[in-house]
Amino acid sequence: MIGTRRTRTNIGWPRIAGITLLALVASVAPLPDWLDLMRPDFVALIVLWFSLLSPRLTGLGHAWGAGLALDAFRGVLLGQHALSLIVIAYVAAKLRLQIRAFPPLQQSAVILALLFLNEFLQFWIDGVAGHPVTDWRRWLAVPVGAACWPLVVGFCTRFAARR
Amino acid sequence: MSLHEPDSRPLLLGGPALGLRLIVLALISAGLMVADHRHHQLAVIRDWLSAAVYPFQWAVQAPLAAWTATRESLSSRSRIEADNVRLAADNFVLRLKLMRFESLEQENQRLRAARESTARVVERTLVAEIVRVDLDPFRQRVLVNKGTGDGVFRGQAALDANGIFGQVTRAGPISAELILISDPEHAIPVQVNRTGARSIALGTGRSGLLSLPYLPQNADVVVGDLLVSSGLGGVYPPGYPVGRITTVKRDTGQPLLSVEAEPLAALDRDPEVLLVWFDSGVVEPEPEPEAPASPAQAE
Repeated sequence: MIGTRRTRTNIGWPRIAGITLLALVASVAPLPDWLDLMRPDFVALIVLWFSLLSPRLTGLGHAWGAGLALDAFRGVLLGQHALSLIVIAYVAAKLRLQIRAFPPLQQSAVILALLFLNEFLQFWIDGVAGHPVTDWRRWLAVPVGAACWPLVVGFCTRFAARR
Repeated sequence: MSLHEPDSRPLLLGGPALGLRLIVLALISAGLMVADHRHHQLAVIRDWLSAAVYPFQWAVQAPLAAWTATRESLSSRSRIEADNVRLAADNFVLRLKLMRFESLEQENQRLRAARESTARVVERTLVAEIVRVDLDPFRQRVLVNKGTGDGVFRGQAALDANGIFGQVTRAGPISAELILISDPEHAIPVQVNRTGARSIALGTGRSGLLSLPYLPQNADVVVGDLLVSSGLGGVYPPGYPVGRITTVKRDTGQPLLSVEAEPLAALDRDPEVLLVWFDSGVVEPEPEPEAPASPAQAE
């Protein structure tokens, strides 16, 4: 969990770009259909990780850039993921000190709420843009993403700490 | 790692406050979305973006493609022989059909010439490979490895060996995005092959299901009827198979039938598709009160 171990917070841009690219690749990598349905939003998870680690490190610019890249990767409306990601990055950065002090389970619960907010913004933008996806299974990615949070933190922490 | 590592970062955030940044970036995002959705002003930017991310998308599926290729090259001799026998038999049957087809086509062209209407047959085709990336599980879209550099254009029809596959929604320089006929935003003008009744088949978001909600109660459709493209709208070449009717629900309380069909193209299994060029010609003005001939639309 973030906060339980001291993590280096001065990660260089190459590593930030590397983690972001990995998350982007993970979000379009071919998977079997049933797994594809519950694929967590990896880009949202790493954006949250960076925001909780240190908003000074990347600011909202990273969240915005990663969102635009995700839009380009998936061929959806340009700016759709960018908007939802800067909103959750902002909330995470504002509540950063509290969230970092939470015990693991509670931290995952907050992540669940933030991922839900992210998905809800997507849902809303989809609806406004005239192609609503009302399939209930779109919400599957939210709990799966929250369950993946400890793994993402572990991976990112290791990746960032490697010299 | 020591707790007191030297930290040279500024204590305060440089630049404007976080809240202000959020508002500015949110406004830019909203502006981008409106420009992209309403006015399609970002077409050029989008094309270049798609070209920029294509190498990554290609790299993502490269291991899978390599694995498939290796498995194929190692497949056993007996299987290849069996395939060969089957394909030879297929070829024989197809050639028999073709013999009749050529004379029929001649006859058709003569008749069309007599009626002074264009035949609208497919003139040129291009095989495009599907890039195996998962764009969005709830939209039926795929990426192919041919773009405007190969002459691909927006609205171009794509077929596979069994029927109509979809059309191009975005053509980048080296890649293009296709919308399948089963996407919920897609509609294709069709004709029941047996009776000639025209209607529109809508995508449902599931790859094995099309819905035909605009057929009146007295329409003559039965399970098993073949649906072919009617060519109205000029996007798809006429006369190509689209699907087969799977259910017809007659509820006398409703003004319209509830009809479902199964696409004939292998939408979720095709490794490659055929992009076609044909002379779409003029859409013949045939009044059709129960099925407005709106073109298949993508966005």
